Amino acid sequence: MYRSMLLLRRFEEKVEELFIVKGALIGPSHLYLGQEAIAVGAMSALQPDDQTVTTYRGHGHALAKGVPANLCMAELFGKQTGNCKGLGGSMHVAIYPKVGSLYATAIVGSGIPIAAGVGLALKQKKSKNIVATFFGDGACNTGAFHEGTNLIAVWKLPVLLFCENNQYAMSTPVKKAVSSPSIAERGRSYGMETIVVDGNDVLSVYVATKMAAERARRQGEPTFLECVTYKMKGHGVYDKGEYRPKEEVEKWLSRDPILLFEKRLIDSKTMSRDELNTVSNDVNREMEEAVKFAMQGPVLPFETITDYVYARE
Amino acid sequence: MSGLRELTYADALREALREEMLHDPTVILLGEEIGVFNGVYKVTRGLLDEFGPERVRDTPISEAAIAGAAVGLALGGMKPVAEIMYMDFLPICMDQLSTQAAKMRFMSGGQLKVPMVLRTQYSLGRQHGSQHSQFTPAWFLQVPGIKIVLPSNPHDAKGLLKSSIRDPNPVLFVESGLLYRTKGPVPEEEYLVPLGEAEVKRKGDDVTIVGVSRQVGEALTAAGTLEQAGISVEVIDVRTLQPLDLTTIVESVKRTSRLVIASDDVKTGGVGAEISASVNEKAFDYLDAPIARVACADTPIPFSPPLEREYMPSAASIVKTVTAMMGK
Repeated sequence: MYRSMLLLRRFEEKVEELFIVKGALIGPSHLYLGQEAIAVGAMSALQPDDQTVTTYRGHGHALAKGVPANLCMAELFGKQTGNCKGLGGSMHVAIYPKVGSLYATAIVGSGIPIAAGVGLALKQKKSKNIVATFFGDGACNTGAFHEGTNLIAVWKLPVLLFCENNQYAMSTPVKKAVSSPSIAERGRSYGMETIVVDGNDVLSVYVATKMAAERARRQGEPTFLECVTYKMKGHGVYDKGEYRPKEEVEKWLSRDPILLFEKRLIDSKTMSRDELNTVSNDVNREMEEAVKFAMQGPVLPFETITDYVYARE
Repeated sequence: MSGLRELTYADALREALREEMLHDPTVILLGEEIGVFNGVYKVTRGLLDEFGPERVRDTPISEAAIAGAAVGLALGGMKPVAEIMYMDFLPICMDQLSTQAAKMRFMSGGQLKVPMVLRTQYSLGRQHGSQHSQFTPAWFLQVPGIKIVLPSNPHDAKGLLKSSIRDPNPVLFVESGLLYRTKGPVPEEEYLVPLGEAEVKRKGDDVTIVGVSRQVGEALTAAGTLEQAGISVEVIDVRTLQPLDLTTIVESVKRTSRLVIASDDVKTGGVGAEISASVNEKAFDYLDAPIARVACADTPIPFSPPLEREYMPSAASIVKTVTAMMGK
């Protein structure tokens, strides 16, 4: 888990550097910095062939579910060697069904009805697998959220709904956008088992997911998990997030999920500082190789893009 | 005995659903009122009893959830056939069709496949007013990745629906509310009508009429009237708009040198505009007259029955257009 969290962090830091310092990447890119405990805690508790439906802030979900970092990086560079052949880009990098990373949408809220359908497909096939869908606090005000959540609840589908409440929908704070006392209220109002989780504590997310996943597998029942966290940077890579009060940012940075986990590992003598450093060096090396792989890859020939519009069989 | 049996358009559709459900256990139906109520237009009559509530699923009135669930079912390896009761309700689930289903294969670099059918119908001519009548297939021409199928008769309704269910892509299947109770020959034995092949319904020399959905029948009626006035009309049923069988249309126009496009949508930016532009690109030098469109006025649909009758394109309006075109 520690390695995975660090991989997510280093990947996003590298992306930020490639965008801002080097100008090597362009387009929208929504970083997952500060939310690593959620993707890693959740994915670690799922089975490899459980399915995910996630969003445009999906680099973290992709990596945590097992999409190779070099494929993700190549996708961000728009290369044929990326997992979506460069046709998807940053916002769809979490599409890699080979590892159960089924879909990532760039339209806020729209993944929830889709997750309902994937859950229904698994139920119809009497599969033991389940679906986890990830979305932000902003999604909770969309029609698709309400329609999808209702259907998941009324049909009792094996779906885990992870609301990553990072406190801001772009620059709009939750308090100004969500009418109910909390987002968790919304899960409960649909008659769903609902848990509020410390989204900066990877072990809390892991345990909550494990329990929810068992309920979904055994009883076919959904769970709504509000994971409370904070976006360390702004909405997209170019947003410095200056609309946030300084004290608030500092308070949350002191609860950096990776620092918290490192402290726990050291305090419990599970890992030594040296061992953590070894992991860190290993991740840094993987990142360098991913960038190299991405930069070397070719771009898909333009005349072939029409081949990807319709399936032939 | 084959070829002698007559079925209604609704029963032909029902037979297609039933056969495909028997043929493939992954075919599953979902939509409002399709189960216990047997479908508002009875297309799904008896299917709940035969296949059970797991495969014939009544949904809440929740179009985005219906379409989204269909997308998810398709991603999950099922073959969903979702029903949206009126075409006017498609904008409620437009994101799931145009921004999700249609683009998934492309933006995943070919990793994903979305074999879903979304059935809907338009009720122009049934006094349903502005919000329950409109025919808007041209919106979807702006969305590469989704097929558009519009049967004009019971035979094609069945054969095209079966092909749509077997197609590995998202298909928007648009039925005509006015045609549900009309009858036509439907063979007993199994058959498919392929997507992307227009059909020449009547041979003629002087003018080609391309009909869309209900307007194919109107065009055939008009052709009979025009024949008596000495005008020989070729009628083509477009059958699918995406893919569009431009070859059949262009070959016909090259012989007749005149083209009229008849459809139940609003004229501006409609199906006729697209077909006209494509024929201009391919066969301009063969044309003896400007291409004409017979379509609805650029207004919402009036409720008042006499106003609606006047608003709707008909055999009479086609006859008028063709007569003017021929200078007679």
